[in-house]
Amino acid sequence: MNGKRKSMLTGSIVKQALKDSFIKLNPVVMMKNPVMFVVEIGTFVVLLMVLFPGYFNTAGRTGFNLAVFLILWVTVLFANFAEALAEGRGKAQADTLKKTKKESTANKCVGSEIIVVNSTELRKGDIVVVSQGEMIPGDGEVIEGLASVDESAVTGESAPVMKEAGGDFSSVTGGTRVVSDRIKVVITSDPGESFIDRMISLVEGASRQKTPNEIALNTLLTTLTLIFLIVVVTLAPIAEYLGVPLDIPVLIALLVCLIPTTIGGLLSAIGIAGMDRVTQFNVLAMSGKAVEASGDINTMILDKTGTITYGNRMASEFIPVGGAALAETAHWAAVGSLKDGTPEGRSVLELMNKQQLAYDTEVAAGGEFVEFKAETRMSGIDLQDGRHVRKGAVDAVRRWVLAQRGSIPEDLAAKSDAIASEGGTPLAVAVDGKIYGLIHLKDTVKPGMKERFEQLHQMGIKTIMCTGDNPLTAATIAREAGVDEFIAESKPEDKIAVIRREQAEGKLVAMTGDGTNDAPALAQADVGIAMNSGTVAAKEAANMVDLDSDPSKIIEVVAIGKQLLMTRGALTTFSIANDVAKYFAIIPAMFMAAIPQMKALNVMGLGSPLSAILSALIFNAVIIPLLIPLAMKGVRYKPMSSARLLARNLTIYGLGGVIAPFAGIKLIDLVVHLWI
Amino acid sequence: MDILQIGIVIVVLLLLVKPAGSYIYHVFSNESNWTDRMFGPVEKFFYAVIGLRKRSGMSWKTYALSMMATNVVLVAVSYAVLRWMGGLPANPNGTGNMEASLSFNTVISFMTNTNLQHYSGESGMSYLGQMIVITMMMFTSAASGLAVAIAFMRGITRRGDGLGNFFEDFVKAHVRVFLPLALIVTLVLVGLKVPQTLEPTVTVNTLGGAVQHIAMGPVASLESIKHLGTNGGGFFGANSSHPFENPSPLTNVIEILSMWTISAALPYTFGRFANNRKQGWILFSAMMVLFLAFLSLTYVSEKSGNPLINQLGIDASQGSMEGKEVRFGVAQSALFTAVTTAATTGSVNNMHDTLTPLGGLAPLAQMMLNVVFGGKGVGLVNMLMYAILGVFICGLMVGRTPEFLGNKIESREMKLIAVAILAHPLIILAPTAISFLTHLGTDALSNPLYHGLSQSLYEFASSAANNGSGFEGLGDNTVFWNVSTGLVMLLGRYVSIIALLAVAGSLSRKKPVPESIGTFRTDTKLFAGILVGTVLLIGALTFLPVLVLGPIAEFLTM
Repeated sequence: MNGKRKSMLTGSIVKQALKDSFIKLNPVVMMKNPVMFVVEIGTFVVLLMVLFPGYFNTAGRTGFNLAVFLILWVTVLFANFAEALAEGRGKAQADTLKKTKKESTANKCVGSEIIVVNSTELRKGDIVVVSQGEMIPGDGEVIEGLASVDESAVTGESAPVMKEAGGDFSSVTGGTRVVSDRIKVVITSDPGESFIDRMISLVEGASRQKTPNEIALNTLLTTLTLIFLIVVVTLAPIAEYLGVPLDIPVLIALLVCLIPTTIGGLLSAIGIAGMDRVTQFNVLAMSGKAVEASGDINTMILDKTGTITYGNRMASEFIPVGGAALAETAHWAAVGSLKDGTPEGRSVLELMNKQQLAYDTEVAAGGEFVEFKAETRMSGIDLQDGRHVRKGAVDAVRRWVLAQRGSIPEDLAAKSDAIASEGGTPLAVAVDGKIYGLIHLKDTVKPGMKERFEQLHQMGIKTIMCTGDNPLTAATIAREAGVDEFIAESKPEDKIAVIRREQAEGKLVAMTGDGTNDAPALAQADVGIAMNSGTVAAKEAANMVDLDSDPSKIIEVVAIGKQLLMTRGALTTFSIANDVAKYFAIIPAMFMAAIPQMKALNVMGLGSPLSAILSALIFNAVIIPLLIPLAMKGVRYKPMSSARLLARNLTIYGLGGVIAPFAGIKLIDLVVHLWI
Repeated sequence: MDILQIGIVIVVLLLLVKPAGSYIYHVFSNESNWTDRMFGPVEKFFYAVIGLRKRSGMSWKTYALSMMATNVVLVAVSYAVLRWMGGLPANPNGTGNMEASLSFNTVISFMTNTNLQHYSGESGMSYLGQMIVITMMMFTSAASGLAVAIAFMRGITRRGDGLGNFFEDFVKAHVRVFLPLALIVTLVLVGLKVPQTLEPTVTVNTLGGAVQHIAMGPVASLESIKHLGTNGGGFFGANSSHPFENPSPLTNVIEILSMWTISAALPYTFGRFANNRKQGWILFSAMMVLFLAFLSLTYVSEKSGNPLINQLGIDASQGSMEGKEVRFGVAQSALFTAVTTAATTGSVNNMHDTLTPLGGLAPLAQMMLNVVFGGKGVGLVNMLMYAILGVFICGLMVGRTPEFLGNKIESREMKLIAVAILAHPLIILAPTAISFLTHLGTDALSNPLYHGLSQSLYEFASSAANNGSGFEGLGDNTVFWNVSTGLVMLLGRYVSIIALLAVAGSLSRKKPVPESIGTFRTDTKLFAGILVGTVLLIGALTFLPVLVLGPIAEFLTM
């Protein structure tokens, strides 16, 4: 994974974000964020009072008003900066992608002729020929030939991948380069709709829509803003009646401190940064909704082969039969595999090495390799000395031996059944009329998968493994890996059935897939992650594409989704909890002049009424940039039960949210009080 | 001794919660059970009379509409009676017709279960009015509230067909809950010397030679439903401090338990509906924690007395006895005050206007929160609203989109809750502010400065929470106060009921989310803490500034 998309904060991003935070002051843009819009209006009102003190009769308080104005203005700018910064990181990624979208030419086939056209003129259905060193002009599917393609522009992975007509490795992405051979490609997208185009608009945030949870949270924040607006507006006439004069800037300060500006200012940055974290992980989410949904996943459907296991059956043990010695069995197994290029064959030699067993390579010298065939279900070698070595399915070898009038050892059947009952595959090894023993072939679980399934358990996510294997083999792997359920001998339609069954129970289901026959299931799943190496149909049906084509990444995507939601909840809680301290700062300060006894409520012992109000306002403003790193990185997430997670986050962000501003405001007041 | 008196009542309440909650569950679960045998025939008669043959479940809209329509009809009939009662029968004292704005206020007041009284029962209401307007509405408003609460429970726990059938619930609430209980409590009260008669006012010559008019009437029957239905409107102007309404400490305890038990049992009923009794107890304990805090505030504040009077050297060992009945003392008065404002009954056995500043802050705050037990069902429904709110904010912190009892809380629910949660502060603070902008409002205040603010604030908080008690010094029988509090009572009752029924309707249509180890659990002590925190942070902080200017300023400057 050397090519992981880096998303560093560079100087230019910060500079651009600073510029954008001023551009975003445009009220039409601000209106989309009601909380900050109210702050902006307040800022404007105070500005008017600073500019025309005579008209508002505020001549004596211009200094204080100016301070309030500046702090409010900075508050709005901070919030804009947070959003701009998050957007900036996406834009920087988009720029690198755009570079790959340079104009190029294409060799279009028209009838039997090939004409050179501009790549932007290609339409869906056109056929082009791409040769070594040329750029593939658009998304498409290989219909003829085989080539290795450098996809580093899209995936960041520098090793080229093979693409060939037919099968699951036929899709190619525009902007990638053919490094060897030559292929014929049918174009599957019109200009502007290609994969890279979509990717650019996604990371740029151009097609970003608010997610359902974000909309609901926004409703809550707007409601809180309205409530505090009511509180502050009604306070004025009541205080007036009681002979407690309240200045408008003071009321605005109270309002701004009470409305949830912290979360209001950071909300969109959290969302953008969440998408960004997925992208950094080399997974492309087609919508924020999909990322959010991944946090809610109850059930995960995983293919056994390639995801949980390596998929190759590997030799794990040599079992002698009929009184043969272990060394003898191993020796013939190795000789029979010497020229066998299949993973099974190689694994036999690896096992020899691992068990430090020796064999004589001389024996096989000059021998003729016998390939595996579906009819014979055996492979092996015909040695120069006339002996025939065979290894293969037990019944096939048995028949072969019997045909040569050989004898069958008595313990063969029992030992081969024992292997099968453990979910393994037995291969028999024979030389002419004698069976020497068995090779135990076994599917192996990838290292680390067991631990990951343990984590999923702690998150309360059920895992279902799908495999084409027989139930016995499936059960063994399921037990070894620790998945909850498995579907053996599964067909593509089984996956949809399982997804529908789980969804009918109200569960959200995630799955990965790459083949065309996975497409309906990917579309049915709530979170479907297609492999970039997969077919176009799979990628279109999915709502995420993994550019590294690593199916086990789905687990990390879930963690990112959860982290996104947690960050939102944590900052909302923090923001609302902050109100307690702000009240204790501002309320006594507002009334102390008219009702001196209010000093009793000044529990923080703030220097003066004016410094108390300014300190609360300053705290309210600076907490936004202080929390930007948290909003961008997300709160720390470790898989654990919801009860512990809640207790932990509630202590940090709830209790912390009550205490932190008391300390913060007091500290700021110590400084501010030096002037006022 | 004081603590013991309070403790015993609370223990009795705790013992009553489970049986009462189970009984209400059985009544409304619509599964056949033993209550059918007793009441089935009576109900069948009513169903036949109103032509309710097929009692199919209703959508939230139909349910809300049925409730509104029923309430509108009752309001119309009652308004007519009050306007013309002078000429109607059962008027031995010759009471005249009621004035239009006062009739408007009174009818709204009783239909919304508020029972704010801008009239005095002895002189302003005929016996017919007392019986077929006041007592009738005490039953119907309580039944309407209970029905809505049950419908809300059905919706969010997905029990039954839609939200249930309003008319069926309405009839059941009468036949199986309020009528039998009212009958029992009436008989007990009569046994304890509360009058129940249709004789006119008795005129006697006192030993001193003066002529005294002793007002009487069907007091016991009104008294029982007044508390059972958390209504609170007194037969007499002095309400439950009047010796005929509440003659002894024993009747006082009976009245406290009558108004408290059903409200306190509803969380348990909810637990039964949700198939999770622990969930019910968690809601109950969140309410109880808040209640005990407010009760302690009132009790301690009253017990330490009024510093200004203490300075005069008057014996303060009994606490502040101004406006309290000697037969109840501080403990029974503080408990009554805390319960009547928690359960939004609004009956009083002492004058809240003369409570010490912090003693008066507690009832004010309970009405502002409107979640501490609350009137018939309203408190529970509001508390569940805060539960959804708490789940929404804190639930995100476990890394899932928020869900409550297997219901995903999404944008639509948040919008509806926004309406309900916005309405309450708006209809308390806005009219209070308006009342200080005009002489129509300020002229009614009998106190200057901070206590004056408390008077106005209390009146609107009481109206909005459908409580009905008052800071009695307020001269509130004017067109301004009659109309403004009338509107506040209307909005306070129906806006949140309709919004929250819509929430229930929306949740009941959702596919339930199965529970897993990753689910945010709402039946834990931690959640009780979250609930109290949410209520205090969102509910209480809203009112802090006015409370600081009212009772707290009064306390600090005393």
